[in-house]
Amino acid sequence: MRLKLEKRREPSMAMVVVTPILAVVLTMLIGIVVFDAIGIDGQRAVVDIFLTPLLASYKWQDVAVKAAPLVLIALGLSVGNRAQIWNIGAEGQYIIGALCAAGVGLSVGSGGFLIMLAMVIAGVVGGTAWAAVPAWLRLRFNVNEILSSLMLTYVALQVLGYLVGGPWKDPNGRNFPATAPLAPDQGLPILVPGTTIHLGVLVALILPFVFWAIMARSVFGYQIRVVGAAPHAARHGGFDSRNTVWASMLIGGGMAGLAGALEFSGILHKIDLGFPSGYGFTAIIVSFLGRLHPIGCLIAGIVLAVTFVGGQLAKTTVHIPDSTAGIFQAMMLFFILASDIFVRYRVRFTSSRAKPVAGE
Amino acid sequence: MSKDNAMPNPPPRLELKGITKHFPGVLANDHVSMAVQPGEIHALLGENGAGKSTLVKMIYGIMQPDAGEIRWNGKPVVVPNPKAARRLGIGMVFQHFSLFEALTVMENIALGMDARIPAREPDARIRAVMTQYGLLLDPGRIVSTLSVGERQRIEIVRALLLNPELLIMDEPTSVLTPQEVDQLFVVLRQLASEGRSILYISHKLHEIKALCDTATILRGGKLVDRCDPRVESSRSMAEKMIGGNLKDIQRGKLGNFGAEKLVVKGLSVPAEGPFGVALKDISFSVRAGEIFGIAGVAGNGQNALLLALSGEATAKSHQAISVDGAPVGHMRARARRGQGMASVPEERNGHAAVPVFSLADNAVLTARDRLGMVRSGLIDHRAARTYAGEVIEAFSVKATGPGALAESLSGGNLQKYIMGREILQKPQVLVVSQPTWGVDAGAAAAIHQALVDLAADGSAIVVISQDLDELLALCDTLAVINEGRLSRPMKVSEARIEEIGLLMGGIHGETTHAA
Repeated sequence: MRLKLEKRREPSMAMVVVTPILAVVLTMLIGIVVFDAIGIDGQRAVVDIFLTPLLASYKWQDVAVKAAPLVLIALGLSVGNRAQIWNIGAEGQYIIGALCAAGVGLSVGSGGFLIMLAMVIAGVVGGTAWAAVPAWLRLRFNVNEILSSLMLTYVALQVLGYLVGGPWKDPNGRNFPATAPLAPDQGLPILVPGTTIHLGVLVALILPFVFWAIMARSVFGYQIRVVGAAPHAARHGGFDSRNTVWASMLIGGGMAGLAGALEFSGILHKIDLGFPSGYGFTAIIVSFLGRLHPIGCLIAGIVLAVTFVGGQLAKTTVHIPDSTAGIFQAMMLFFILASDIFVRYRVRFTSSRAKPVAGE
Repeated sequence: MSKDNAMPNPPPRLELKGITKHFPGVLANDHVSMAVQPGEIHALLGENGAGKSTLVKMIYGIMQPDAGEIRWNGKPVVVPNPKAARRLGIGMVFQHFSLFEALTVMENIALGMDARIPAREPDARIRAVMTQYGLLLDPGRIVSTLSVGERQRIEIVRALLLNPELLIMDEPTSVLTPQEVDQLFVVLRQLASEGRSILYISHKLHEIKALCDTATILRGGKLVDRCDPRVESSRSMAEKMIGGNLKDIQRGKLGNFGAEKLVVKGLSVPAEGPFGVALKDISFSVRAGEIFGIAGVAGNGQNALLLALSGEATAKSHQAISVDGAPVGHMRARARRGQGMASVPEERNGHAAVPVFSLADNAVLTARDRLGMVRSGLIDHRAARTYAGEVIEAFSVKATGPGALAESLSGGNLQKYIMGREILQKPQVLVVSQPTWGVDAGAAAAIHQALVDLAADGSAIVVISQDLDELLALCDTLAVINEGRLSRPMKVSEARIEEIGLLMGGIHGETTHAA
């Protein structure tokens, strides 16, 4: 008996849906085996990381708040990924977005709806501008956007370090490198009293549907899909590849900037050196786990948020570092990419026959 | 043939019995049985997708049959791989060559040989084979400087060095000039006279009539007929291939053209990439109702010309191309479509159509503006589906419907869909490249008729093709492209094949380095 991969006549839609679920399940199973092997209660760890945050209602607000930036960033990245333009620097765009929002909030000082709006817009503009650099480099000098966007993340980190340690340092902050906190009336409104669920969560819940409509219905969505699926056909159809690069990079940057601004004004209210939390990188996993589909991103964002929250739980229950969640996230990405093959191929078992060979 | 009765003793060189091969969703070969005699030139005929390539791949060991038996000189064999096939004495010349451009003829031949061939005196043997069959080649020349015909000779020499008893030729003439075809036939006849068998795959019926002793016709994976092509007519064989009546192209009165619709004047485009061909000072004009053919051997600038005319590459001068008197040289593809200029590139998958999109989504690709499929930035999917349905209906495209993925269609059906998508938009000017490349005879006839009808309605049509027969049957006017330059146009009714052949050969003509 042999295993054989056989090309399907049409990609399997069932597999498009099944493989992400399969990736999550496989991650859990492998996690149990590996943790047991190194002497940790694997079953407990996996249950805590993947299930407890969903079952325990007091953890839901944490999941919602962590999912929001992941979903927002992944939505933007999915646009670029569909067009085969790879923005790896969402983390940097997220940081710059938050810094721009903070700049507006801190310099104005007063609160109100218009100020909140201005902060959010500043965040979007900042993230967009940060993403414009790799877009321009790619189009002008054919610089690979993967490298340039990634490197700009480290530049963004330096900018953040400089600002919170220097010009923006809170004079009343006992010399800690952090900005002054926002005034209480500058933060985003809380939607569910008594929780940390802020307006940004609602935005992250609505935008996937907006993106879905745009990608499925509009000429722009069509352009993104056709450039990614068949660049020559896109050119034949009269779509400009240059403005596709611009659009997809800028949307990715803008969404990351938005996520940064909402995170700052919705939850943290100040920026310190601990602000960069890797959402920009994790969102890449969310984007692929969600099959580059806006609604998929929403679901995958929640799954990844669960692992973040669960990772912190497991730290106290089975005493593993909370960065363990990162291992699980990486495993999920690995499995989703590996299982992609089942969308276009099916596995068949064939019997190998023994027969005389020519010329012998 | 009477051979079978007269000499019952020597077994056939190659005999297939009940060969069956399954692919997901299709039966590529369904109990095919055939025999090739020693010294016979045997044609394997069939439409695209009839199962010719699959059958040949199993003979040459690239694929294994699911059922059935291959007998070689009377003995049952299994051919696990091409190396085993060569050991048996089966040689194959593929349609697409596998040569190293940067190496010499000799180096390419030496590299292509199996290790079992004694490497001591290849040089003398290669020269002997070349002179024996009149396969003129300079062993020291770099392959990249050779014409397609000369490259094919390298492949033939390679195959002959193994002293094959059966030589399989897959569509060998599709890239040759008429003169090169004649030379190839001389070689093949000589090989047959030595008792070697030749399995000749082609869809060019007049060649098969001129060359082959027997023809086996496949349709839908099944063997439908075995005949003597010398007594059959091209038409009768074509009808057996498609299993129905072949329609002639119905043309109205000829030479009754209207005003100039497409004028190309001094069009020059630099080469795209290291293997691209630059267009040099191309000028021609096409009138309403005229079909203008551009002949040429592959790789002489046909792709660059199509891109320049479709607007995927823009010209430096606005005036280089004009449609109905309006300059469009600077316009991109979408704007040119707005001016009534449509195009169909040679490559269906990934250029003319998006393989992973539905037919309806593929309609949006080029028809969205002309047919109002877009309203305030949103795509009217219903309009796209309706139009895709109309194209499917009007061009009898075999597909499950507008929702079928383009890649699920056979090549011929996808080509019909793409041609239909452009033609039903009623363009003023239509530029098509290789409209029937890899398309079966039935679909080709339908496409030709649609082009003729479009011209009759007053459109100007440019057909770029390597298939000279197609151009001669279809076009009113003909020019030849060679190394990015276009010859003077000539009326098809007055054109001589020899002259066209020489123009196609260009400076690669046989006379230049025959010595």
